[in-house]
Amino acid sequence: MAIEYIKLLEERLGDAAVESHSFRGFESAVVRSGAWERALEILKTDGKLNMLTDLCGLDHPGEKDRFEVVAHLYSVEKKKRVRLKTRCPEDDPSISTSTRVYPAADWFEREAFDMYGIRFDGHPNLKRILCHRDFVGHPLRKDYPKEKRQPFSTPDTLMDEMEILDPCDRPIVRSSDRKILDGVTIARSTIARSHDSRFLLNIGPSHPAMHGCFRVLVELDGERIRNAVPEIGYMHRCFEKEAEAHTWHQVIAYTDRLNYVSPIMNNAGYCMAVERLLDIEIPERAKWIRMLACEVSRICDHLVAVGANLVDIGALTNFWYLFNAREQFTDWIEALAGARLTATYTRIGGLSRDIPAGSNAQLRSCIKTMRQAIKDVAAMTKKNRILIDRTHGIGAISEEEAITRGFTGPCLRATGCAYDVRRAHPYYFYDDIEWDVPVGIRGDTYDRIFVRMEEMEQSARIIEQVLERLPEGPIMTSRRDVVLPPPHEVYGSIEGMMQHFKLAMHGIHPPEGEVYSYTEAANGELGFYIVSDGCERPYRARVRAPCFPIYQAFPMLIKGHLVADVVAIMGSLNIIAGELDR
Amino acid sequence: MAFGFVTTRVTDVLNWARRYSLWPMPYGTACCAIEFMGLISGRFDISRFGAELLRFSPRQADLLLVMGTISYKQAPILKRIYAQMPEPKWVVAVGACAASGGFYNNYHTVQGIDELIPVDVYVPGCPPRPEQLMDALVKIQDGILKRDKGRIQNSESRIQKGDI
Repeated sequence: MAIEYIKLLEERLGDAAVESHSFRGFESAVVRSGAWERALEILKTDGKLNMLTDLCGLDHPGEKDRFEVVAHLYSVEKKKRVRLKTRCPEDDPSISTSTRVYPAADWFEREAFDMYGIRFDGHPNLKRILCHRDFVGHPLRKDYPKEKRQPFSTPDTLMDEMEILDPCDRPIVRSSDRKILDGVTIARSTIARSHDSRFLLNIGPSHPAMHGCFRVLVELDGERIRNAVPEIGYMHRCFEKEAEAHTWHQVIAYTDRLNYVSPIMNNAGYCMAVERLLDIEIPERAKWIRMLACEVSRICDHLVAVGANLVDIGALTNFWYLFNAREQFTDWIEALAGARLTATYTRIGGLSRDIPAGSNAQLRSCIKTMRQAIKDVAAMTKKNRILIDRTHGIGAISEEEAITRGFTGPCLRATGCAYDVRRAHPYYFYDDIEWDVPVGIRGDTYDRIFVRMEEMEQSARIIEQVLERLPEGPIMTSRRDVVLPPPHEVYGSIEGMMQHFKLAMHGIHPPEGEVYSYTEAANGELGFYIVSDGCERPYRARVRAPCFPIYQAFPMLIKGHLVADVVAIMGSLNIIAGELDR
Repeated sequence: MAFGFVTTRVTDVLNWARRYSLWPMPYGTACCAIEFMGLISGRFDISRFGAELLRFSPRQADLLLVMGTISYKQAPILKRIYAQMPEPKWVVAVGACAASGGFYNNYHTVQGIDELIPVDVYVPGCPPRPEQLMDALVKIQDGILKRDKGRIQNSESRIQKGDI
């Protein structure tokens, strides 16, 4: 599919393009580490691969070139993807940075540095991003023990980054300021004074508008933001390390807690990746039900996102209206999976159980409540002078800029780009049913809110069609090396019992290989880059969290706006800590 | 009541008042905070227990609800928030992560917030249902009536010991 990129690289790089291979329809090119930046540049300018969706590290202990850097590139116009890889040795794990080609690579490279110790020469600010400042070692290296804890006492002042990122030439921070900011305060944030009427204001990590635990240090000129430094990693609970220590099936429970506002979509995304690795086609009914459950989750997610965003702006009533509808959907999810929130619903090869009896009537009544809630909220907000003043043109980003920054999902669609994985690369039966991709015009906070509102309506349309067309049939694949045999075989035949024993004791063993599977989650493209070495556990389970690159652009979005706008913009991006920090 | 008056202690009256006017500080970091949103919204309605006045400043709160995983990066912040709350104060560890680290047993996750601050009520679940949070609230309320000075002195010594 993307063979032209491989040819392009071979043509232009000659010897530096080492090899290329294809697995499950995804092309990879391997280049020498010296040609890394050049290869990216060629792919971006000549190959028109304008989005860096993901960049991560990999560890191969004992091999000559121990560390591997993997980038996934995407062309929004051509709808094509390619994977680019390179290796670097253990004694000098360094390659040139890709931030000059793809600005979105900044945090991805910091993460690879934090997790593996890979140095990116020329990176403007190569410091730890997820682990705390005093952390020693690189936790995703295979030789770092999972349970080796490292206590931490004093939060980072972030002043080093503030100096680097300062748009003025002269340094504005004096050493005396450091003392004041040594430590993080909460809610009523510390205000430290620097010279000429500028303030440093620390917001978060415990702050009502910082939804969870984000921290941003802003430099103010009056009430206007001149500069901002976000800090993440407060919710880093090591999904990727945990995944490497658990069996393929056990990881599903961990995926629930990535974007915990819509867990089923993470389950489905992960299972789809493993199924691609195993080359399994799940039964039709399972596909339809996954679509159904995913769209219900999307609605739940958007209800919370919009509700919380409006609360942040001061419109509390809407939150009650929207949450009322969410509670009804939650009831259905509880009937479906047994849990209100963390459902762990899908299984590799299908689903854990069929939809509950009476789903049709229940979901239709949920949709009715949701439509009424949306109608009420829209009536209160859409033409509301205060809301318009607070959100129009606030935190706006252009389409081109958003693509370069790696935006996906509602935040990208608000800019006018109609990129939706469900439409661009249809999976399951999304191309068989009728639904629209809502887009915005200005890419500002207002558009982001109302794109989400409209998406809920589209999801409701999808749910209605799925309910009409849901076929009968099995919900699990019949592949015996993946799913447990039915009880009568376990108890009635020696083969059945042996299969059950093998699966229960040793789990599944996908073939060696690597896949990048992507689905449209509530916040955008949720990618799972999974590497298998043929064992019962993933060798590497990398999550491409949609809000990771989006939050990276946060300083850019808030610069020039007022302090109060930080809150509005933050809410409209719908950053979820579990997914951001993993 | 035969003579039209009752006798009591000032502490008892204060505790009675405190019991029904808890001001929670939601320290929500993860999934449990989403269930907490359910608790404060219409169906479950925390205000029935007199605890709906959420304070995001610890200086105005007397009930700390720690909802979600606490990482080592966050540990100093949680300790500071607890220290900023005025006495008397109560702490609920909501969910498996806050209570014990949950199923995150790794290099960056604190194995229960009682390594950092004293805890009054532990709520199991991943995440707990809103009903369980209500139960925790009622337990705190019952505990307030029985409260004596020993608990506070004890808590002060524990925070010293729990330094990481």
